[in-house]
Amino acid sequence: MPETVLKAKRLKKKSAADGAIEKWPITVSVNGKSCSLAVEPRMLLVEMLREALDLTGTHVGCDTTYCGACTVLLNGAAVKSCTMFAVQADGAEITTVEGLEKDGALHPIQKAFGDSYGLQCGYCTPGFMLSSVQLLSENQEPSEKDIRKAIAGNTCRCTGYQNIFKAIQAAARGMKGA
Amino acid sequence: MYPRPFQYHRAGSLKEATKIMSQLGEGAKLLAGGQSLIPLMKLRFANPQHLVDLNFVPRTSYIKKKGEALHFGALTRHAEIEKSAAAAKIPIIHDCAAGIADVQVRNRGTIGGSLAEADPSGDWATVLLSLSTEVRCLGPAGERTVQLPDFIKDAYTTALSHDELVSEVIVKLPAKGSGGAYVAFKRAAPVYPTASAAVQLAMDGDVCKEAAILLGCVGLMPVRVREAEAALQGKEIDEKAMEAAMEAARAAADPQPDMRGSADYKRTLVGGLVKRAIDVARRRARGEKVEVSHIYA
Repeated sequence: MPETVLKAKRLKKKSAADGAIEKWPITVSVNGKSCSLAVEPRMLLVEMLREALDLTGTHVGCDTTYCGACTVLLNGAAVKSCTMFAVQADGAEITTVEGLEKDGALHPIQKAFGDSYGLQCGYCTPGFMLSSVQLLSENQEPSEKDIRKAIAGNTCRCTGYQNIFKAIQAAARGMKGA
Repeated sequence: MYPRPFQYHRAGSLKEATKIMSQLGEGAKLLAGGQSLIPLMKLRFANPQHLVDLNFVPRTSYIKKKGEALHFGALTRHAEIEKSAAAAKIPIIHDCAAGIADVQVRNRGTIGGSLAEADPSGDWATVLLSLSTEVRCLGPAGERTVQLPDFIKDAYTTALSHDELVSEVIVKLPAKGSGGAYVAFKRAAPVYPTASAAVQLAMDGDVCKEAAILLGCVGLMPVRVREAEAALQGKEIDEKAMEAAMEAARAAADPQPDMRGSADYKRTLVGGLVKRAIDVARRRARGEKVEVSHIYA
């Protein structure tokens, strides 16, 4: 069939071109700083943050869109940065845990996690804090259910969630008072 | 793990995306929310040579009421539907949008992508089949409208040809006096449900005029249970009618045993979910405000 031949030719041509994958130039605002870099299309957002920008506060846990350790804010919305390509963040504003602190003062959520013992090993903590930041930006008086729902995409294997939960409640109270 | 290398193409319009897909042939895939495709690529179960990114196409994310229907742009994120007052006019749609995976996934995943993937464990097809839903399919030659029952062909298989994409999803508003509910059970937030049930009822007082009952995750496609619908139609929904509907649902389910549970377990579970969904649907039809969504530990 001529159709099949045509497809085979096309694929052959494309696989020859695959030898050299073009890098894509992108400009991303990360924690308020504009960064321009060229990325291979398959580079994940989390790898760009960790490897190219040396922002190692964003962690890779499960690497399968489950655990939420890699959570960052993309234009204010929590996303799993292991499940997005860096090239897709072109033009976006990214906030990582390194961007929460302002002028040497901890963000209320950071302070609350410390005060409430909301962490043990700390591996999941940046992800939890960024999910909480999205919640508190949309909802200043979250109910218990709202909090549970907001952190359902984050997994902690140390503390059993109780202190994390208390930390988010404390941060909500603190931010409302501020 | 990194996916295999691929060439990246950024579509400026949906039309352009279909043309690129047409030129590139079978080695190309469309990238919408990416919450299924990217994990599959990282596991190297999917190895496209080209990705055509739809995320930079403007005006593809919207929820509009036009006449007696809601129109969803293909790239409308689950989170946007969850927060939308317009979408809340059809409570079963809110049930679904608010419970898919977790916040992070709902912020990225799209309604069009979910339908086009046709994962047997996906939520949207099950829910939207309980309503009157049309899918607008755009290809290089133009646009066509496909009724959702004709759109979903098999597991991971739709009526879309390689160079077509979902451009819009249109859902007819149910008649007054209708109520619906979607109840899914999952082991944890980020995972697919173990089983789910979508029920949409049109009531005349206590008598059920019309019923649509769909089961999710217990077959290669959502399972429509006509026998369960017949058990309710034309009757008052009492305990006996509910039992009959549950029994029919259990019989119609064709679950696969897997890490989420044995076939027997899923069959029993889906009967219980149908019962809950019928109960909430009829209460909502009476005007009660009832909150349901996915259930997980």
